[in-house]
This record gives sequence, structure tokens and C-alpha cells, in this order.
Amino acid sequence: MSTTRKRVYGYLAEFKSASALYKAAEKIRDAGFRKWDCYSPYPIHGLDGAMGLKRSILPWFVFFGGMTGCATAFALAYSTQVVIYPTIVQAKPANIFTVPAFFPVMFELTILFSGFTVLFGLLALIQLPRLNHPLFASKQFHRATDDGFFIAIEARDPKFSPNQTKELLAEIGGANIELVEEED
Amino acid sequence: MASTTTTAPETHTGVKLPVLEREKLILNERSYHWITERICGVVENKQPLLWWLLFIPSALIAAIGVGGGLFHLVSTGVGVWGNTNRVMWGWPIVNFVFWIGIGHAGTLISAILFLTRQNWRTSINRAAEAMTIFAVMCAGIFPAFHVGRVWFAWFLAPVPNANAVWQNFKSPLLWDVFAVSTYFTVSLIFWFLGMVPDLATIRDRCKPGLRKVIYGILALGWRGGNRQWSHYEMAYLLLAALSTPLVLSVHSVVSFDFATSVVPGWHTTIFPPYFVAGAIFGGFAMVLTIMIPARFVYGLQDLITMKHIDNMAKIILLTGTIVGYAYLMELFVAFYSGAIYEMDAFKFRIAGPYWWAYAAMMSLNVISPQFFWFKACRENLWVVMAIAMCVNVGMWFERFVIIVTTLARMWLPGDWKTFSPSAQDQMLFVGTIGMFLALFMLFLRFLPCINIAEVKWTKPEADPHFDDKEHHPDHGVKAEPAYQKELV
Repeated sequence: MSTTRKRVYGYLAEFKSASALYKAAEKIRDAGFRKWDCYSPYPIHGLDGAMGLKRSILPWFVFFGGMTGCATAFALAYSTQVVIYPTIVQAKPANIFTVPAFFPVMFELTILFSGFTVLFGLLALIQLPRLNHPLFASKQFHRATDDGFFIAIEARDPKFSPNQTKELLAEIGGANIELVEEED
Repeated sequence: MASTTTTAPETHTGVKLPVLEREKLILNERSYHWITERICGVVENKQPLLWWLLFIPSALIAAIGVGGGLFHLVSTGVGVWGNTNRVMWGWPIVNFVFWIGIGHAGTLISAILFLTRQNWRTSINRAAEAMTIFAVMCAGIFPAFHVGRVWFAWFLAPVPNANAVWQNFKSPLLWDVFAVSTYFTVSLIFWFLGMVPDLATIRDRCKPGLRKVIYGILALGWRGGNRQWSHYEMAYLLLAALSTPLVLSVHSVVSFDFATSVVPGWHTTIFPPYFVAGAIFGGFAMVLTIMIPARFVYGLQDLITMKHIDNMAKIILLTGTIVGYAYLMELFVAFYSGAIYEMDAFKFRIAGPYWWAYAAMMSLNVISPQFFWFKACRENLWVVMAIAMCVNVGMWFERFVIIVTTLARMWLPGDWKTFSPSAQDQMLFVGTIGMFLALFMLFLRFLPCINIAEVKWTKPEADPHFDDKEHHPDHGVKAEPAYQKELV
């Protein structure tokens, strides 16, 4: 068997409940850590504030995605109906005054483009999909999607120190503190 | 966390009456792990015999009805359908409107009830969204093949073609193409994104192997970190906000296919709200039809409680009554307009050769849900199932009445025809029922049928301030149930 070098990813600690996780998150935030995250089986209300996270910027992406959809639909309908191939039916005009008839398609494409922007914007923001992650090497981390509440502090955080960070996690109520390593 | 509210708001100054405690959404104080076990167990354990007894026949019916039926149709020509030169929409469009309407309950539950913070939706939203996807798939078959030569169905899309002819963007039929395809796509995104954390749960429970790889790919590497949840919740909120007007637009656009025509009985302004209410009505009946048996077979009674069924029954009662109002208003407007053609169209519907369809529509859609005024009826699952079945059938008849009876008596007496569906019509319709059930069975078998993460979130201890006794600097105070003690 070849020897593989291992690199420390960080510390993983378990907390007993959502409220324990919440209180621990506030302390780690106040200790000035940056590269860390709380893991829970469901979204915990108010944890963003406890972690010092800003509101998601996804709505801005979606706003511009939706505007693009609306403009695309208008350009498509106007260019084909008024410029390239005017269809005179039901005595409706084939000029700019026919625009109200384009509203349903403009609405639908606004929603469609917004929907795609939500999907791809979200994946970009949460940096997924990815097939593996150092945390998946942990023996206990699988409980984060079942009934476990965890905090992981990464080694690349400037405040990280092998002993003090471990002590901090123990002090704020972390159990089963584990050093997670990834293969280099 | 609305489920923990036990006091009236602080601003209330009048006499304080006792506030009834909300019924719990999850019974018997189940733990997080129990919820995971029970829902993932549906996917991981061997399927009960009943699953096979339902899946095999429905898959066969789908293969023969949809596969065989469409093969026969395409190789022979649409003439094998019962559509005639006058009743050119016939059964295919009846079935299209029927199926597309079924889907609306799923989006209502996942989007509108989310925006209005109705936490009881969490136990049923996943299955209802799956139902939406499958119903829209069934619906899409009909107009695609109804164009006649299905290999030219791409003419519906606004892409350049050799004839240099462009689609008519002023036509509701083209609006329909955009509305239905957008609806399907956005519903699929909503369904899939909602499922990602739960797929990660299944992934984390799998032993290493092919199964873990497949669920791992579907779960996209989800870790459940709050830096992910934070964006994820925003994405979910945005999709709900986008889907809410979308679902209202889809059936409105479908109703424009009728309402913008100059046909007596169709040319009415009440159609969009009437169609949307009818769609939600029929959709909820289908959710009940499917979820009541599933909850017994998989032992999900603690998650899908009688409270959920009670709420759905009340929505059926409400929307059924709106539909009834629309039926009567149509009659009144026809009478009040004084237009002889309009009056005649409705006389023909009620007392013509299709009187039985009109009577079935009225009794099944308007009268049968009225039983839900009584608590005893909402609590008896046999009654609930029976009424849900009545509504399923009744809503199909509604579309039959609107489409067939109207087209059978248009302006010119020389055009008058009576429509009867051919065997191929019936075969394809029954086939889509089989397809819908077979797809739903596969969904139960392979995907988490209840939203695991959201159900956990509805538990009282999911609130990070659940065990706070005193003032909390960030998020206010946990309400003290003081005056309730006084009353005791």
C-alpha cells in the first residue's frame, strides 16, 4: 500500500440540539472565525444572524434573469409579428399596438428564465455539484442529514490553531470532536 | 413555528379569550431519526405486495394504452380518433385540460401554501409536486398528437423553418405552448431542488455501491451547511414566488383557448378564475385519492395526520363551491344577456342529448363536496375517498361538457353533430391513467415521498429558542403563556 499524505481539513464537533448549535455559532462568530459552517438536517431559523451571514444575493441574479426573459419574449414576438412575418388575424393590428397580445408569452418567459436563474444561480452560490468533500470522510458526518448538528472549523481559517480551536469547541459544548483530514 | 403559538398577540387589548392550541402536525412526539427512518424506509425496504399489485397492471395499461395507442394512431392517422369535422377538439383536448388541471394542486400546495406559511403543507407537498409533474406529462401527450402529424409538432416552437412562416403570437394556442412548457420546466426545477437535501439523506444511509453513486449524483454533493441552507431557502422562496403567479396563469391561458373564441358558451369573462378554481378543486381530490391509500400502506399516519386530510377536505369544499358558483353564474349571464345563441347553448347543455354529462358534472362537482361541511364526513376516510373519486370523475365531465357539447351545436344547423369517442380515444385516456399511476408508484419506490427536511423543521424543538427561558437579544422573547394560567 502506498503512503498518502494527509492534509488537515479542520475540526468537526457535534452539538446536541438546534439551540445548542445556535448558541455555539454565536460564540464562534464572536471569536472572529471566517471559514466555518454549521451543519443541520433542516434549515434553522435565525442561524444566519448567529453566524454573521449576509442575506443571500440570489434575488438580484433572478431579477436580471427575469428581465432577460421578458425582453427575449418581446423581441421574439415583435420581430416575428411586426417585422418579419406580420399575421393579420381577427382584425388585430400588426404594429406596436399589438403588444398587449404578447403579454402572456412575455410573462411566461419571464418566469421561465427566472426559474433557470434560480437553479443555476443557487448552484453557483453554494458551489455545487461536487462529487466529494473532505467532510464526507468523517465517520459521524452522515448524521448531519439525519439528526446530527455539527460545526466544522476549517484549518485554512487564519484563527485556526490545532489546540486552541479544539478547546474552544469543547468549551462551547461540542462533543465527539474530530480532526477531519483529506487526502492530498 | 406557528405550531407553538398559544397566546393572543401582545397588541390585543380587549378581553383575552383562551386560544386553542394548534393541532400537532407530527403525532406521538416522533424524533428526527424516526422521521428519517420512516420516510427513507419507504425507499429502502422491500415494497409491499400491494405496490406490485398496483404497479404491474398500471405499467401494462400504460404500455398498451399510451405506447400501443400512440403507435396505432401515428401509423394510421388521427382519423382513428372520434374527432369529427365539427367536434374537432373532442376527447384529446378534454383529457388535456383534465390532466393539466390535476397538476395545479401540487403547485398550490408547494408555492401558495408556502408563501402563506401553512406549515401543514410539508407532509404532502413532495407527493403533490410529483403528481404535478406526472399529470403535466400525461397532459402534454394529447395536444402534441392532436396536431395531426406529430412529426411536425416542432412547428409549435418559434424557430425558423423552411416555409419562412412564423407562429401567431396573438393566438391563445401559442400562449398555451409557452404556458404549459414553462409550467412543466419550473415545476420540475421546484420539485428537484426541494428534493436535494432529502436525496442527500438517502445517500448518507446507503452502503457504498452503485446505489450510493446514483443518489450521490442526484444529491449534488449536498452537505447541509448553513452557508448552503441560507441560499437554498432564498431559492425556495423565489421559486414559490415565481410559481404562484405561474400556476394562476397556466389555467387562465388554457381557459383563453375557449374564452377568446366567438363561440356561445365559451365566450365568457368568468372562464379564467373558474378554470383555476376547478383545477385546484380537481387536483386536491387527486392528492387525496393517492395519499390516503399511500399513508396506510407505508404507515405514515403520524406524518400525514387527520388534520392534513381535514384541511384538504375544506379546500375541496371551498373550491367546489366556487366552481358551483361559476356554473350558476354562467347560466345567469346567459339568461341575463338576452342573447338567443348563448341561451340556446346552455339549454342544449342541460336538456340536450348530453344532459347526462351536465347532470353528472353538477351532482359530482357541486353537490358531493357539500358533505364536507360536516366534520363526521371529513373524519371518515371512506367518505373522503368516495367524494374525492366523485370529484375526479366530475371534473372530467366538466371539461367534456365545456368542449363537446359546445362544439356539437355551433352556429350552423348543418354543422350539428353528435360526438362519440372511438376505441382508440378511450384506450389512450385509460393508458394515461395507467401511466400516471405507474410513474407515481416508481416515485414512491425510488424518491423520498415526504419532505424529510421540512417535516423535521415543523417540530417545536427545531426552533433554536425552544429551550430559552429568558429574553434573547437577537430574536425577542419567547411568549409566556401567562393568561392561560389565569384561566386554569
